[in-house]
Amino acid sequence: MFDRHQGNRRPRGRTMAGKVRRLASALVLGAAVMAAPVLSARADTTLLNVSYDPTREFYKDFNEAFAAHYKKETGETVTLQASHGGSGKQARSVIDGLEADVVTLALASDIDAIADRGLIAPDWQKRLADNSSPYTSTIVFLVRKGNPKGIKDWNDLVADGVEVITPNPKTSGGARWNYLAAWAYALKHNGGDEARAKDFVARLYTHVPVLDTGARGSTTTFVQRGIGDVLLAWENEAFLALKELGPGEFEIVVPSLSILAEPPVAVVDKVVDKRGTRKQAEAYLNYLYSTEGQALAAKWFYRPRDPAVAAKYKDIFPKVELVTIDDAAFGGWRKAQATHFGDGGVFDQIYKPK
Amino acid sequence: MDGAPRSNDATTEGPFLRLGLSGIALLYLALFLVLPLVAVFVEAFAKGLGPFLAAVTEPDALSAVKLTLIVAAISVPMNLVFGVAAAWAIAKYEFWGKSFLITLIDLPFSVSPVISGLVYILLFGAQGLLGPWLYEHDIKIIFAVPGIVLATIFVTFPFIARELIPLMQEQGTSEEEAAISLGASGWQTFRRVTLPNIRWGLLYGVLLCNARAMGEFGAVSVVSGHVRGLTNTMPLHVEILYNEYNFTASFAVASLLALLALVTLILKSVLEWRYGDEIAASARH
Repeated sequence: MFDRHQGNRRPRGRTMAGKVRRLASALVLGAAVMAAPVLSARADTTLLNVSYDPTREFYKDFNEAFAAHYKKETGETVTLQASHGGSGKQARSVIDGLEADVVTLALASDIDAIADRGLIAPDWQKRLADNSSPYTSTIVFLVRKGNPKGIKDWNDLVADGVEVITPNPKTSGGARWNYLAAWAYALKHNGGDEARAKDFVARLYTHVPVLDTGARGSTTTFVQRGIGDVLLAWENEAFLALKELGPGEFEIVVPSLSILAEPPVAVVDKVVDKRGTRKQAEAYLNYLYSTEGQALAAKWFYRPRDPAVAAKYKDIFPKVELVTIDDAAFGGWRKAQATHFGDGGVFDQIYKPK
Repeated sequence: MDGAPRSNDATTEGPFLRLGLSGIALLYLALFLVLPLVAVFVEAFAKGLGPFLAAVTEPDALSAVKLTLIVAAISVPMNLVFGVAAAWAIAKYEFWGKSFLITLIDLPFSVSPVISGLVYILLFGAQGLLGPWLYEHDIKIIFAVPGIVLATIFVTFPFIARELIPLMQEQGTSEEEAAISLGASGWQTFRRVTLPNIRWGLLYGVLLCNARAMGEFGAVSVVSGHVRGLTNTMPLHVEILYNEYNFTASFAVASLLALLALVTLILKSVLEWRYGDEIAASARH
């Protein structure tokens, strides 16, 4: 790159220029050698799954299982790549050109946003069973050992001196589920009075000392930094925190009512059609619904859809009354997103940073 | 030397003041530099050598190391060429808009790295200015190695030029003029007169540039897409591992990164020690 047109000048000798030149060509050569394997990694069929924060451990397992399954079924080798981050941010990256073959995000409105740019067919949520959500979760409370503040249900969160940790609903999918679960509880206990529900949720957010951008950030704040009395968390994230960070230091509290969180999945049509990976991408998502896929989801604390698998794991997941996003109170993600989390929406009206 | 009179007491501080000042300086260094560095290594080896080695030889970690080295190997030589060219033009010639050029070179220092990354998203992203054209021609810049290299070049651009400009200005143009009047060509003059004069400043700039290129987080994070084993550099990998509750592995990779920086510094010290006389002869550094 640098050496070419300087090749025949003499004398090389021990000048600095000679050294610099040799160094430069060595670096370029080195870069080329090292770049080769990175670039050729795309030669086999590869699929990129762009996902949200708490699915890392699950998809690490699932990707291996799928690669083995697909090899056995078709003889083809498929390599899975994964990218994780806050659900909204990940959707933004796909919109900006991150070539995801499949997206597996925290909530439907993030995939809607991608569909709105023409990357995914508008009817994506009808293409797979169960609203294209092969596994579900819900929102639970994680409290410190012995539950010193005696937190049992949503109304205990607004008691004096209780600090609640939850991420920012503007950037985090999990946080939006947290918010809506609280809203549903307040509606139910106030006879459907929206003004009083709004008041309750506003009071709840005055108990939040810090809003992280993502679910994993909030978990770290609560668990590692020791801030707050209760963490509003994905059920799977709460179980994982118990498992990874010290069983016996925390307890899970299941509130009387919560929300059915449906993290959906979709093939990114524009990308798979361009890369010729539709067949593999669809097989990948379908495998999420298989018995093996469902069992892996349950292993990583997602509630499986398959009744047989769910029966096997029923002791792990506590029974809880669940409202869904399609309830009359919310009217689906598009409406809920605009009403509650859009610019000037309910959240903007009630949240005042301290 | 031996016969020289001892320095005058009036210009020397008392022993307490001297000790006190060096004590404060050392304490400050220990607190803000050494302690965190030690903490990284302690945490990295908290579970012993086995987990440390497992963490740094894991395929995703290896590919992060590889990518970091590739990015540095491309961006440092690029900035070397452009840095020398810019410093040469600024120090040896007078032209209209020179001070504007100097300001422009400093721009990456004054802009937040996140903005540096976003600029490339706005330019090359699918919704960006050149995005649709790039998409049609199947050229990937953002969320791929070229984007990471571009962002790194942008962020590390001033290091070499900034190091060379004052040095070259101080040296003036008389030696070059002498060489040319003796019949040397432009390239010969540069290679045999200018380059030897600036080599230590150049080396210093390269080392600084390299250290930053390997360590850059913000700008790279914006354009990376965070695909494991493909577009994760070492600093990004450290963050990912930390977020996966994988603290030992996270600090293991961090210690590796620190080690790379330390090697750079040691290299610089060794060169200074070996060529100390030459350095003193060629003014700074």
